[in-house]
Amino acid sequence: MGIFVLKRIGVMFLTALCLTFVVFFITNLYPNLEKIAKTQGNFRMSEAEVERYLAANGYSQPILLKYAQWVGIAPGWITEIDEGVRGRCFIGTVSSVEKPTSRQYCGVLQGYWGHSTVFKEDVGPLVIERLALTGKLMFWVLLLMLPSALLVGVLAGMREGSKTDRSLSAFSIVTTATPEYVSGVIFIAVFASSAVGLKWFKGTATAAMEDASFANFFLPVFTIALYGMGYIARMTRASMTEVMTAQFIRTARLKGVSFRAIVLKHALRNALIAPFTVIMLQFPWLLNGVVIVETLFNYKGFGWLLVQAAGNNDIELLLAVSVVSVVVVLVTQLISDIGYAFLNPRIAIS
Amino acid sequence: MSTQTPCSGPILEIDKLSISFFSRSRENAAVSDFSLSIRSGEAVGLVGESGCGKSTVALGIMQDLGQNGRIVGGSIKFKGCDLQAMSATELRKIRGNEIAMIYQEPMASLNPAMRVGEQLIEVPMIHDTVSRSEAIRRAREVLIDVKLPDPERILRSYPHQISGGQQQRIVIAMALMSKPDLLILDEPTTALDVTVEAAVVDLVRELGAKYGTSMLFISHNLGLILETCDQVCVMYSGEAVERGSVEDVFDAMRHPYTQALFRSIPLPDADKISRPLVAIPGNFPLPHERPPGCNFGPRCTYFEPGNCDSHQIPMASVTNQTAHTTRCVRHDAIDWEADVASDATGSQAKVGDVVLRIDDLKKYYETASNSLFSRDNKKVIKANETLSFEARESETLAIVGESGCGKSTFAKVLTGLESATGGKIYFDERSIEKIPIATRDKETVGQIQMVFQNPFDTLNPSMSVGRQIIRALEVFAVGSNDKDRRHKMLELLDLVKLPRSFAERMPRQLSGGQKQRVGIARAFAGGARVVVADEPVSALDVSVQAAVTDLLMEIQREQKTTLLFISHDLSIVRYLSDRVMVMYLGHVVELGDTNQVFAPPYHPYTEALLSAVPIADTSVEKNHIVLDGEIPSAINPPSGCPFQTRCHWKQAVQDNLCEHEVPPIRDLAPGHQVKCHLSTEKFAEMTPVIRLAGE
Amino acid sequence: MEPLSWGTIVGLILWRLLPVWLALAILLSVSAFYKRRLGLYGKLYDSPIGLFGFSLVAFWVFVGLFGAFDLIITHDPLTQISGMKNKPPGTAVASASSDDFGYYLLGGDNLARDVFSRVVKGAWIVIQIAPLATLFAFMVGITLGLPAGYFGRRLDVALSFLSNLILAFPVILLFYLLVTPEVIATGLPSYMATVLFIFPIIFSAILLNSRFHTRPKLRTPLLVVVLGLFLWLYTSLISEPGSAIQILPKFVDLFDISGGVLVVFVSVVFVNAPTVFRIVRSLALDIKTRDYVAAAQTRGEGSWYIMLWEILPNARGPLIVDFCLRIGYTIILLGTLGFFGLGLPPESPDWGTTINGGRKLLSIYLHPALPPAFALLSLVLGLNLLADGLREESLKD
Repeated sequence: MGIFVLKRIGVMFLTALCLTFVVFFITNLYPNLEKIAKTQGNFRMSEAEVERYLAANGYSQPILLKYAQWVGIAPGWITEIDEGVRGRCFIGTVSSVEKPTSRQYCGVLQGYWGHSTVFKEDVGPLVIERLALTGKLMFWVLLLMLPSALLVGVLAGMREGSKTDRSLSAFSIVTTATPEYVSGVIFIAVFASSAVGLKWFKGTATAAMEDASFANFFLPVFTIALYGMGYIARMTRASMTEVMTAQFIRTARLKGVSFRAIVLKHALRNALIAPFTVIMLQFPWLLNGVVIVETLFNYKGFGWLLVQAAGNNDIELLLAVSVVSVVVVLVTQLISDIGYAFLNPRIAIS
Repeated sequence: MSTQTPCSGPILEIDKLSISFFSRSRENAAVSDFSLSIRSGEAVGLVGESGCGKSTVALGIMQDLGQNGRIVGGSIKFKGCDLQAMSATELRKIRGNEIAMIYQEPMASLNPAMRVGEQLIEVPMIHDTVSRSEAIRRAREVLIDVKLPDPERILRSYPHQISGGQQQRIVIAMALMSKPDLLILDEPTTALDVTVEAAVVDLVRELGAKYGTSMLFISHNLGLILETCDQVCVMYSGEAVERGSVEDVFDAMRHPYTQALFRSIPLPDADKISRPLVAIPGNFPLPHERPPGCNFGPRCTYFEPGNCDSHQIPMASVTNQTAHTTRCVRHDAIDWEADVASDATGSQAKVGDVVLRIDDLKKYYETASNSLFSRDNKKVIKANETLSFEARESETLAIVGESGCGKSTFAKVLTGLESATGGKIYFDERSIEKIPIATRDKETVGQIQMVFQNPFDTLNPSMSVGRQIIRALEVFAVGSNDKDRRHKMLELLDLVKLPRSFAERMPRQLSGGQKQRVGIARAFAGGARVVVADEPVSALDVSVQAAVTDLLMEIQREQKTTLLFISHDLSIVRYLSDRVMVMYLGHVVELGDTNQVFAPPYHPYTEALLSAVPIADTSVEKNHIVLDGEIPSAINPPSGCPFQTRCHWKQAVQDNLCEHEVPPIRDLAPGHQVKCHLSTEKFAEMTPVIRLAGE
Repeated sequence: MEPLSWGTIVGLILWRLLPVWLALAILLSVSAFYKRRLGLYGKLYDSPIGLFGFSLVAFWVFVGLFGAFDLIITHDPLTQISGMKNKPPGTAVASASSDDFGYYLLGGDNLARDVFSRVVKGAWIVIQIAPLATLFAFMVGITLGLPAGYFGRRLDVALSFLSNLILAFPVILLFYLLVTPEVIATGLPSYMATVLFIFPIIFSAILLNSRFHTRPKLRTPLLVVVLGLFLWLYTSLISEPGSAIQILPKFVDLFDISGGVLVVFVSVVFVNAPTVFRIVRSLALDIKTRDYVAAAQTRGEGSWYIMLWEILPNARGPLIVDFCLRIGYTIILLGTLGFFGLGLPPESPDWGTTINGGRKLLSIYLHPALPPAFALLSLVLGLNLLADGLREESLKD
């Protein structure tokens, strides 16, 4: 068991390394760098000026070296320009005399995630602050989504072909066909717009960042939950119907076990094995939903940060964001594997 | 029981039962006009081929026909109470309590996510509302009754942690937990190995007597019915066709189907030259294509137009015997004692030169034991250990053994799918054991071919029959153009006695036997000289088995093929093979002519195997040898002789030799080899396992 | 002129869709008549759910097709007519000449364009890109998934790692990284296209060769013709004047695809392929244990023949079902791209972009955002129902 987890964590590291390098590579393509130079400087920079800006800020080094600096296994760059000295490990331009010498290495390994060119802040605290906001959102999403999805799935799959089954299945198939940007738009139009006039909820969740209330937080939570819910419910239903036709359910029925006990004692655990992995693998999808909903409702969390970072080619922020998302995805996969083994006695990890 | 007035009568009384399944477009009658009664303590067998409705009867008794099935006529009375009139609650009180059921697939009928103990104690906790500790105590008792070692460990195990034979014992234990009055067994041993099956059957018989339970034993195997039942009911196409005591039905059958069934199975007195099997012509009718009148009419040799097909035929008592009934209008007119019109034209083919010589062949597999990480403790599976034998032209060599004996691995090495670890395979004096199939020349590949076990798996479902045969011809470079090959393909269809129009059909339009014929045609497409037939008929119904077996032998005679017939069914092996090789855990334990192997002296394993095979002949007497335990795993074989853990003769060898040393190969007679430590005197003491009463 | 009443609007829309109704009626009645001979597609006509889904899908396909021929639309989807900004449905066009259509049936958007015509034109974009991108994703997934499942071992480990790598990448991040004008300028998507689009060629080459290598006289000419044709298409597809890859001279270059569309296409294929890979791999793992595969092995068939002609045809049921679901998912992805304003030009009438354009004023004007939203919903719903129906019917066999 321990070795299994260790091995998975090793794979996780490798994956994160590969992915960050890909992100690094793409963000450091020349046109992207040029864009940074122009947004940081001005849009009428000549090519020579762009070159000078890039050289001064360490962007002109070979890509592998830059990556090593970001990871923290190579010393941070230091360039001397007319106005003084600039370096990775300190902010702004300083004179060559007062150049700090204490820190040579400053990368992820040293706990330094870089500096955001858009927010003019250190990336680390910025990401954590936004992540906390998204965490709040996700907490309510999961709280709403999981129980209702499982309930819908189990109720529908319990008696295949019944009226309950048909109506619940119709509900879940419609929700899977409604991506967040469609349902969100519809909800805002119906419940928040002055045109329809119900105005039950707020069309923006900016206020919920500090002070979440039912009125300003329900719509974003519901929008994310709904899309994921249909999918999980369908998986649960499929798994449940399959289990209900299994031979061992017939054994139980012919042992005289009541229907209620069959569902609760015999079918449920077997039926939840498959959806459990689905729920965990759903996280990368939920991340999509988070980005869409945070943009739509103007909730400035992690997803919103991702959009800002990507839209402005804020390299180090983007890298931090991708590390976080990759780690989230991989950790959930790990949990899903362990949980699968826990639920399914046939798969023994050790 | 419930508040109803207590009912009385025989344990089970089924009267004119009809069950139908309803699909969107039509009603399919699965069972019609079926009557049966079981008295207290009686064991009744229900026998028939797949699709004849025997399992539907069982589910009908349990009132568990699913959403599409419905009882459309007749009644089922349990101790005189009509089961159909009962409410769901009343039924639940009977199910598992007074009527219990045992199923075909033990693994599937146990809940994989629940410990065995939990599943067992559920029964008394529901029906007798006893405390948990009392229920556990009872479960432990029953586990001892079904002879499971270490009941404490078993109670705590999950189903997948124990072997198939043990799983079936647990299913039996679960059924016996509440001491039911009626036990329904639906093909309870089909998924098990022969020696394990024998032990389970033994157990069922013993416990039935001990608990005084009435039994309904459903099986396709006439031999099993003979060993377990007092009464038997033969079913064909949804109807009971003959009913009576086992002796009456087996020795003086009065329905043509029963007779045909017995003539198509290889009984000890059958012989491929003098008394060949007689296959039942035609196919089993599907529910919606049943003929008018007698369902068996179109396949019956005694069919009389205007009489047999004019009206529904009722069950009628056989003259002078009230307890013996048949659904044949002509049962008085038929001469039941007449001999089979034998068209035995076949003569023993002359065995030719050695085609295949296997010398000290070894095949080991390496497995990373627990795949995920541990690299160091790789285990070696010795799938084949020192195999040596010869096979000649036109000869049939049977390879007999149970699961894990290495017969399939040998087939893979021979056909080049795997390469040997050591030893030699000479094919026409060329050694081929190290040549993988990709580098073998087309001729060799075409000359060593296989016929596979599962007819539903042997043909590619999305390619027409003709195309599949033509593809084989193309690969073997037979014929110079498409027209040639098409012609050859039609000839191959003729060879396996299928109509030429089948070339255009898709595999799903064919029956199991027909698919197997196509598989045979495909194997012979490249002029095969050695054909490995891996249990080619074991998945087919009895009546079809005979036809396919006959066909295979006929082609073999014509083409002078060397046939390696892999099987676990000793009856059919005795019937068709010239020589027999018995394998156990990768070792050849006995090799000799068919007569030598089937007569003493035996290898102890052969002896047990012979005793385990059920034979549907009342005149046969058998020595009763039941092996303990299960076949050991090939990953972890026992030390010394592979069979020593289960051997009955082990004490007869001095110094525990069996546990330390693999026995040498000894010649008992010219061409008869045995791998055993037993002394010559002990071998001489052995008596025949199977005796015909007249002898 | 007075604005139209809601009844008239619905009536007029139904009237504008007349060619679609006719085509639907012909398709459904002809297919229902011959359903017994149409295999799995015919069986769909026995399943009410599947039939409903299929009708929805067919509806949008016809809308897209006829829309492309300017049959249904009432105005040019890109033309702005002054005075029509954010006007409610049914508003009369003030400056309409006599041969123009006099009304904005579903109103005008914030740039004074006709919402109805934009939705119809948007359908054309969706039904062009989504199925084709899904098809390519399947080609890639099948070409890699079959050997991974069939051979197993290291190849499987390597390919599975690669696919998990892509799957671990948040889709939106990937889109944001790939689908930007800067990245298009570097030619990266063109290189990716060069790699991804070669898979169908490899696929068909192996497919034909494994099948006909026993008959060289037929095989060689067949391969030359098919591969020649495919290579021509391939080079026309990837070569584009002004981009990083420009191989073909202008006169043989069949069509040009703008960098924006190409990059959308490539990234959608890229995101979908790993999932297809996983499905194909697990199907191959299952089917390779069948006896007919063993039979093919014992007659010495090549591995690729076994994979493509023995395994793949028997995996088609689940793959067809997944294909339908995946088109739906691709449509959602395309919408996501449009929603974030990535890839397609901002004036493009595709549904995602239109929803994005409409959402900004959503609390005041509903009509620009809702029609494309419901269009997308109904098409994806149709595909999901179709997949459900197909799954149900294929299991019944």
